[in-house]
Amino acid sequence: MRAPASVAPALLEVKGLRKHFPVTEGILARRTVGEVKAVDGIDFTLRRGETLGLVGESGCGKTTTGRCILLLERPTAGEIVYDGVDLATLKHKELLAMRRRIQVIFQDPYSSLNPRMKVGDIIAEPIKVHAIERDAARRGARVRELLATCGLDPNFADRYPHEMSGGQRQRVGIARALALDPEFIICDEAVSALDVSIQAQIVNLLEHLRERFGLTYLFIAHDLSVVRHLCQRVAVMYLGRIVELADCDELFDNPLHPYTRALLDAVPVPDPTIEAGRSFRPVKGEVPSPINPPPGCVFHPRCPIAVDTCSRMRPELREVRPGHWVACSEVH
Amino acid sequence: MPPLLTVEDLHTEFRTGAGIVRAVDGISYAVEQGETVAIVGESGSGKSVGALSILRLIPDPPGRITRGAVRFLGRDLMQLSDEQMREVRGGDIGMVFQEPMTSLNPVLTIGRQITETLEQHRRADRAAAHRRAVELLGLVGIADPLRRLKQYPHQLSGGMRQRVMIAIALACDPKLIIADEPTTALDVTIQAQILELMNGLTRRLNVALVIITHNLGVVARYAKRVNVMYAGRIVESGPAGAIYHDPRHPYTIALLRSVPRLDRPRRARLDPVDGQPPDLTRLDQGCAFRARCRFAVDACAQTRPPLAPVSGTVGHLSACLRSHEIAAASGAVA
Repeated sequence: MRAPASVAPALLEVKGLRKHFPVTEGILARRTVGEVKAVDGIDFTLRRGETLGLVGESGCGKTTTGRCILLLERPTAGEIVYDGVDLATLKHKELLAMRRRIQVIFQDPYSSLNPRMKVGDIIAEPIKVHAIERDAARRGARVRELLATCGLDPNFADRYPHEMSGGQRQRVGIARALALDPEFIICDEAVSALDVSIQAQIVNLLEHLRERFGLTYLFIAHDLSVVRHLCQRVAVMYLGRIVELADCDELFDNPLHPYTRALLDAVPVPDPTIEAGRSFRPVKGEVPSPINPPPGCVFHPRCPIAVDTCSRMRPELREVRPGHWVACSEVH
Repeated sequence: MPPLLTVEDLHTEFRTGAGIVRAVDGISYAVEQGETVAIVGESGSGKSVGALSILRLIPDPPGRITRGAVRFLGRDLMQLSDEQMREVRGGDIGMVFQEPMTSLNPVLTIGRQITETLEQHRRADRAAAHRRAVELLGLVGIADPLRRLKQYPHQLSGGMRQRVMIAIALACDPKLIIADEPTTALDVTIQAQILELMNGLTRRLNVALVIITHNLGVVARYAKRVNVMYAGRIVESGPAGAIYHDPRHPYTIALLRSVPRLDRPRRARLDPVDGQPPDLTRLDQGCAFRARCRFAVDACAQTRPPLAPVSGTVGHLSACLRSHEIAAASGAVA
């Protein structure tokens, strides 16, 4: 099924992806009164071995995008092509095989691990489900190897999640994601819940694993400094749409979309001297409801450079310089 | 003039199944009138428990404030009756917590929650309280206050709810506001709005602010003085400039080095703090950070060093045996 490597196609192509959730009313006779446009037409590609950051604030659709790729949500429209195969066309058995190749690491290491299972069983579960290793002893050996790979004492296999710290639990979550030798991992806010000193440990582990196993990551996060550190390319989402997409250094050194600029401005840097010299005005207003998004450019009610036409025309994502895409009519 | 708030040798412990946790293990600091002081630390460092102890909001059992004094406007808050303490909370000391949805009452309108404070603390009559509530919502930047006052917390966004919390905290013209992770649950752009609002209002109204946070950037932007906590103690304290540019405790140094920064070129690898945070039920007589410390020596196992002045900046204290030696080593941070 895998395309020959010589062609070197994109590993993942997302085309025109939409995911709308119905808003219902009534208890007995449920009727749909509207829809939440969680993801409203996004396109991006991910090359093998690349880490793409997907950033934005709550409700921008970044997590829903990840869930669509994981086949945990059925897209309303659009295509997700993974390694040349449209995921929507897969039948049960092929789907199972595909799921082995795409894994996920969740945000909260407290709620994403079953508290009644031992760490060893948590990590062994995907190996069992996919019937990769039927021999219990060999499965145990694999679990110990995975724990060591993730920087944990192999004896942790006999512990329960509550006996571990947040950082250690997140390492268990990573070991579980690696259990099936995936090639692509979606990290959904994988370091957001961790303390600063532990966050850096996990970021380093993710980088180490990427190099060792040639992994491709979709790194979903709201922390821009972590995204800048870890990603090669970054897509900024706002209200279900991608507003800017560029190589990491280009995006951070030369942000073009007013929303990206506002996001970067909002992040205080840990240096009182720099902060004292920064003139700073936070962007006005709040993110509008995705049930009834503003017409035209969804950012126009908050935008400092909006003009009349912004409330009427939805700007398409266009390439303003090589590899740098922006959805804003006022950026040239 | 004495400081507005003086915390002296405050101890708070929790009895748990695993043993006694000394969540706050002897902290002392002062806050001057109108000043912004940050308490920085990670989960379990005691920063929130320390703040709640000042307000005597520690659930007992399992918690207990075992020792210490909190001097505020000439009185020791630890000696007040429960009745007197209720007068202080929400009166001269306002509070803003992390999760506005859980700290607001879901079945009362926004208006009622503000006027209740005014009626309780300032014996305001209904009409006066209502006028003041309208004024307060305007102050915290909520448009259309008359409509908002009739709404319930669930009808507001997270940022809007936190604005309401700030309005309630300011209602009785407090001298001090204690804000415990006030923006941690909010998105970046809303966080920036709320912090700017709090900073602007506290300056304009000359209200002192104790802000508890784990975010080193927020501290750098807003705080004049900083207390860094680790395992229940303040390990470094001083003016913000000194803490960031000349840190003298290995934990502060490690913390500043571990964060990726937007104002610096990208690094190949982050420089994390090794190891895990300590188990607070199993602390010994030595320094709690020594297992993770790159400067640790044998002597560190013998005592937990007290906060002591470091040369250079007035009011800069560090609780490390080697704080004088590590000055040069920390140069790379600044």
